[in-house]
Amino acid sequence: MNKFPLWLNALVLAILLSGCLFALPNIYGSVDAVQVADNDGVAYDEVRLEEFVRTVENAGVTPEAAYLQDGRAVLRFHSTEEQEAAGERLRTAYDREANIAATLAPKLPTWVRDLGLKPMSLGLDLRGGVYVLLEVDMDTAIDSRMVGYQQSFDERLRDAKIRHRVDLNGQTINIRLTGAEDLEAARTVIRRTDQDVLISDGADGKSLIVRMSETQIQARQDFAIEQNITTLRNRVNELGVAEPLVQRQGADRIVIQLPGVQDPNKIKGILSATATVEFRLVDQSGGEPGSRRYQGRGTEAAQMLKRSVIASGDQIIDASAGYSEGQPQVNITLDSAGGENMLRTTMENVGKPMSTVFIETRREAIPGQPGEFRKIVRQEIISTATIQGVFKDRFRITGLSPGEASDLALLLRAGALAAPVYIVDERTVGPTLGQDNIDRGFNAIKIGFLAVIIFMAIYYRAFGLIANVALLSNVVFIVAMLSLLGASLTLPGIAGIVLTVGMAVDANVLIFERIREELAAGAAPQTAINSGYEKALSSITDANVTTLIAAVVLFSIGTGPIKGFAITLLLGIITSMFTAIVGTRTIVNLIFGGRKLQSVPV
Amino acid sequence: MQIISKKTHIDFLSPVRRKVAVALSVVFVIVSLVSLATRGLDFGIDFTGGILLEVGYEQAADLEAIRGTLADAGFTDAQVQLFGRDTDVLVRLPPQPEDSAIQVRDQLQATLEAGGQNIDLRRMETVSAQIGTELAERGALAMVVALLLIFVYVMIRFQWKFSAGAVAALAHDAIVTVGFFSIFQLPFDLTVVAAVLAVIGYSLNDTVVAFDRIRENFLALRGVSAEDAMNTSINEMLARTLITGLTTLLVLAALLVLGGESIAPFSIALIVGIIVGTYSSIYTASATALMLKVSPQDLIEPIKHPEMIDDLP
Repeated sequence: MNKFPLWLNALVLAILLSGCLFALPNIYGSVDAVQVADNDGVAYDEVRLEEFVRTVENAGVTPEAAYLQDGRAVLRFHSTEEQEAAGERLRTAYDREANIAATLAPKLPTWVRDLGLKPMSLGLDLRGGVYVLLEVDMDTAIDSRMVGYQQSFDERLRDAKIRHRVDLNGQTINIRLTGAEDLEAARTVIRRTDQDVLISDGADGKSLIVRMSETQIQARQDFAIEQNITTLRNRVNELGVAEPLVQRQGADRIVIQLPGVQDPNKIKGILSATATVEFRLVDQSGGEPGSRRYQGRGTEAAQMLKRSVIASGDQIIDASAGYSEGQPQVNITLDSAGGENMLRTTMENVGKPMSTVFIETRREAIPGQPGEFRKIVRQEIISTATIQGVFKDRFRITGLSPGEASDLALLLRAGALAAPVYIVDERTVGPTLGQDNIDRGFNAIKIGFLAVIIFMAIYYRAFGLIANVALLSNVVFIVAMLSLLGASLTLPGIAGIVLTVGMAVDANVLIFERIREELAAGAAPQTAINSGYEKALSSITDANVTTLIAAVVLFSIGTGPIKGFAITLLLGIITSMFTAIVGTRTIVNLIFGGRKLQSVPV
Repeated sequence: MQIISKKTHIDFLSPVRRKVAVALSVVFVIVSLVSLATRGLDFGIDFTGGILLEVGYEQAADLEAIRGTLADAGFTDAQVQLFGRDTDVLVRLPPQPEDSAIQVRDQLQATLEAGGQNIDLRRMETVSAQIGTELAERGALAMVVALLLIFVYVMIRFQWKFSAGAVAALAHDAIVTVGFFSIFQLPFDLTVVAAVLAVIGYSLNDTVVAFDRIRENFLALRGVSAEDAMNTSINEMLARTLITGLTTLLVLAALLVLGGESIAPFSIALIVGIIVGTYSSIYTASATALMLKVSPQDLIEPIKHPEMIDDLP
């Protein structure tokens, strides 16, 4: 009695060992490092890595280790001074193409890294950093689109020689005509301009009321938020922060997380920066008055460009990447003023090259002078193409690779924020508090754990010791799961682990008390052990399922700190079921199973 | 070792004790509700919105001087208090209009930094009033959804009278725990909501374990009254209830003492909740089920004989 088959023992051992393996990366600690990531997300190879190492070595610094991680290059150093020197050198050499960030890298041995194992990441409250929740002003996004419609309708109706007056009232456009006889013609013109808007008849019988359809509003909002995210992501990448996070939350919010950043003012720089594009003709003679030489971005050639601007970014209503006859392209939509100018220019310049110039204006704090800013303007040619034919407000840029096309569309949209953003929640945790939180949290785990272990050993003797082994492996499993899932550990998360340690013994208490009861009722030792485990099972399951319900609700409805707590509680309940029931039973069976027992040390 | 020697035979559910327990619970709940209605809760910045700065000074902080400096700079509505140790200061401002909140925070930071001493900026939070309301609503929603799901689960596993007993006990625990925060005006933030939900989970754990034994004894001890069967069950589970409560309180005490100030409200909520929860799973849950006239028949699967029903006239 009380013997597990060999395969079951082996399985439990295998699970325990893999738990230890996945938890292993967490014991090594971290060291100062520099991370190099390509701006366009291109994965680096060994050759580039070698190049970075050489660059750093030329500055007299030898990295302690250098390797590739998720396509990014990581160079680890012995000291912060070396890290700073290396970062400086890399920034001078690669600032244009890459995001170079000082960071902490786990000090993993090569074999652990080669297995693809990672330690759990720490939340901002433990690591220090800035968290910002932004709300996108959707009304403004819709309003700006309505202004575009108003202009287009006005011009199209004028072109069609229909006498009219177009008024914008909030998010509806009122088109007044001279009489009911023009209604149908006007309706056709509007339909031709945009086939999806909702058109209804005015009360006076000689006007039309136009508004955006629900789908259009939805699309416009999605466009606005996606564009803002793209813009913000591009700007955040410029900050030189390792592993920044820019993510959509809900219908109209954006979350930005900058681990390790202590100065929340950096965020303000991001929000105030503006960027735009301009279309200009190339000055092929090179000598026209007012022409200027523009740098090319990346491999793009520098050009002499003419003074007059054909159209600028604030006239772009939409930009998207697509395909035509198998060729990648970027579709641009200009508003009517920009379209008019584009029409005139292209009519006169077919066969000549036109360049797209990217302009970014940023405010940067002047070091040593708080509150003072300087304006930094960067102008670069992102593409030059030959004008193939006459076009107006809708045109496309071709001759690009699929990757370039989507990048350009992104860039065009990413130029400016589509709608203003407001900070609704901003939290900054300084480095000292982060370290404090780590120290305190782990202290609490250690002492709490010790107290429970001592109590169990005294109260349940040998069985208590077995429960303690289960308790220890439970913590290992929680850490292993967190590392495996890539979930971050927060202070409330640590509290969840502490709580789990206290509650995980419950299953063992239930079992051991049941064994005592069975023994008191006169059952033989082996029978008592067996029925103790069996009879306690339904209680344990019920009790854990109910706590699991609470944890799942917390996880799905909760935000921020609640989620961090819920994840460890959730994992802890699941792993403790395994360690407390299967884990302890395996040990009990190995030690006591199949032997003649006079008593049970419980 | 044993905390409770041999078998206990405490008559937990005698009519008199039951009445006392019910009266006690009712008093706790009423006091909590009255306090919640009159004194309310000391809501943290998570719920009210506003600006919060935690700064560390090199020497013990002079709160009066800091208040003076802030008042001179125009921050008359700033709350200044010590946080955990005498070098740590928490400064709070009410919510500001969205477009100027960050500027106000900057001014506040600059004012504190200009106060003469070297300060370590430990934490800054700027939360809009709107987010605060949202977080409060989500917290309340989480609580209601959890209670509902638990009611359904216990109903499926046991029976509705047990379900009602369990949920009564849980609501009791939640109200008394939150009431404790109101009576003593302890800071109530998001982590406390998480703690109250954990208390619900824990207390339920206790209740369900007791119910499990009650069901077993209802089936095993035929001919015994519901009250006696429940009493026996509670006595049998007493050692387990106390030991689990004790180990959990041990780790929570460690968390309260060592975990630092920001996690303290969380620890307090759990400690209060677990003490209340242990009491309620002995009394409130069983007493409610008894009041609803729970009987062994409620748990015995009715044996169906369709063909016999057909024979009935």
